[in-house]
Amino acid sequence: MPVYLDHNATTPLHPEALEAMQPHLTKPFGNPASVHRFGRAAHGAVQRARGEVAELVGCRQDEVIFTSGGTESDNLAVKGAAAAQPGRTVLYGATEHPAALEAAEALREAGTPVEVIPHGADGHPDWQWLEQRLHQGDVGLVCLMAANNETGVVVDTARAAELAHAFDALLHVDAVQAAGKIALDFAGSGADMMALSAHKLFGPRGVGALILRAGTTIHPQMHGGGHEGGMRSGTLNAPGIVGFGAACRVAVRDIAERNTHCRALRDRLEAGLQQLPDVTIFAAEQERLSNTCQFGLHGFDGEAMVMAFDREGFAVSSGSACQSEHGEPSHVLLGMGLPRDLAKAAVRVSLGPDNSEADIDALLSALARIRETPMAAMA
Amino acid sequence: MSIYLDHAASTPLADEARAAMLAQLDGPGANPASDHAPGAEAATAVEAARAQIAAAIGAQPEEIVFTSGATEADNLAIKGSLEFLGGGHLLTTRIEHKAVLDAASSLAEQGVPVSYVEPAADGRVRVEDIAAALRPDTALLSVMWVNNETGAINPIAEIAALCAERGVRLHVDAAQALGRLPIDMAEVPVALMSLSAHKCYGPKGIGALFVRRRPRARVTPQMHGGGHEQGMRSGTLAPHQIAGFGAAAELAVTRREADYAHAAGLAERLRGGLEGMPGLLMNSGPAACVPHIVNVAFDGIHGEALRAATAELAVASGSACSAAEAESSYVLRALGRSDRQAGAALRISTGRDTTTADIDRAVAVIGAAVERLRAIAV
Repeated sequence: MPVYLDHNATTPLHPEALEAMQPHLTKPFGNPASVHRFGRAAHGAVQRARGEVAELVGCRQDEVIFTSGGTESDNLAVKGAAAAQPGRTVLYGATEHPAALEAAEALREAGTPVEVIPHGADGHPDWQWLEQRLHQGDVGLVCLMAANNETGVVVDTARAAELAHAFDALLHVDAVQAAGKIALDFAGSGADMMALSAHKLFGPRGVGALILRAGTTIHPQMHGGGHEGGMRSGTLNAPGIVGFGAACRVAVRDIAERNTHCRALRDRLEAGLQQLPDVTIFAAEQERLSNTCQFGLHGFDGEAMVMAFDREGFAVSSGSACQSEHGEPSHVLLGMGLPRDLAKAAVRVSLGPDNSEADIDALLSALARIRETPMAAMA
Repeated sequence: MSIYLDHAASTPLADEARAAMLAQLDGPGANPASDHAPGAEAATAVEAARAQIAAAIGAQPEEIVFTSGATEADNLAIKGSLEFLGGGHLLTTRIEHKAVLDAASSLAEQGVPVSYVEPAADGRVRVEDIAAALRPDTALLSVMWVNNETGAINPIAEIAALCAERGVRLHVDAAQALGRLPIDMAEVPVALMSLSAHKCYGPKGIGALFVRRRPRARVTPQMHGGGHEQGMRSGTLAPHQIAGFGAAAELAVTRREADYAHAAGLAERLRGGLEGMPGLLMNSGPAACVPHIVNVAFDGIHGEALRAATAELAVASGSACSAAEAESSYVLRALGRSDRQAGAALRISTGRDTTTADIDRAVAVIGAAVERLRAIAV
């Protein structure tokens, strides 16, 4: 059984989430849109889950729009907000997840003005650039993630909201990695939209949400029946939504404990890494998600390292799973201005509550062996 | 105890589908796009299900693009085609599901010319009417295989032949057809076809779009972010959902004839029981419709009152997707029913577990309701 150290790609389903889903997979539950009692039962379960999601992120229940996942949520936010403000510029951060980034690039192809917010080597947006660009006017949407999926850097989205609103722009926050790991307060954050994914916080895959501030206008991207207040059509995946709700409830309860556990393990890992020559831990000095460590061994190829770790029985990543098929160096690290060969060396370890000190020690031993293997080095 | 007679809205999960899902949910779980061993294992489960679904419709596995359901598949097919083809005329019908009609409306708002073919009196769309409505600039025709309200079966093979001859791309919403009718994409030249798992005893929240490889039907993706599913639909795949869909699709094919015979027997019993009830209007003709959907209305009775009096039966007045809107069925109005008649419709849709006793009870409940309500009305 390999040691799973890739929790930012996906997390195992929490037993309480599975337990919550079970009855919905067993009993003849109806379509939540049906008016008979089977439909009403499914609808009731969906509404309870809506409350659980709302509690985790500090929003109103009626601000939760269920979607098929973080990707759809980001697409709905970016394209939906752009469609509601035709001609206005969309700004997105250089280190955004491909879901927000590619949604914005699709807009660019269709004629929407789109610009990229530069980021520094610390992983943070260039605030001065952002303020100047907003000052020039005509920006309709700013898109920044709350915490980066690769480096784990936590961004000050409240500052982004303040800036965006000062210039009459909306702020969309991709909180897919942040939810369940850092405290979120949508109501107080000033964000207009926030993307969430269940499977990044020990819920099921195939379900997520967009939190849309009451009174904010965006255009739906999927049509057919007008479910979810007209913002997202399609029969609701009631079992998945119930599992998502349960995962949020567990996250509210366990967030502090998880963070304490993961932070101790990461400190142990990084202490070990720092013993090695030529190691760079990306954004090491910044506030990061407690479970995330992305590092590079100078002169080594990240993809080859991931495969070598896999042979040693460790599931790690070089960056986003969503880019692993393309063989490109991390756009996040390139976006932070890091040199290409260093970006290409990236390895990401993302921890979860089931990981142990023994896992970390074994990983460090495996790394020591891999460093001796010539095939992990760049040709 | 309520009797579930709303299988056209959603079906219960088959045991086989549940087992396939739990096998994925119980495991450690991994992202099928990840480069490590657990990721590869998840990807294997996804590919096995893709092959099951392809086999169920006579397609190749690489022609299956997973989506969050038929609504997304319909949106991708219609918007993705028009975008890829650079515009043109969109032809569809009055009796399509809201997913198709609302996607068409959103395109119409952007300036795409859209027109609608009316159904014939038996609820089906006629090939001649489509032939007459095709324009030289028609880019896409979207027609459903089986109507979700009446069960009417459209002549897809003939429509596909017409489209092939005219060089028009054809999209078929087959959400209600999978497991009910034989579907063979090797024989019928449909370019794009939408599928839904939860209409054929699979899980909710998963569907697929069949995208033909030869000749290649390309669509512009509608959801971006990572380029999953050959670049046509981004987003982390849900292996448990997909495995459940795969098992349900395989079962739908192996059980199709038995399911059909069971539904036909129930339909005959239901029609026999309803026959002779005063004011009965049949919205589903036995010759033109799938047997698991029987749609009836009663002249001279108010719809609200009829539904209240038959509350013991979990039936529908129309599509669940339109249930939120308090208007009578646009499908039935397209068939020439008045607002009032369409408003008094009951869609009774049976399933694998429906028994003859369920049908007898439904007949008794409806009969008593009709008698009482007509007495009041008089």
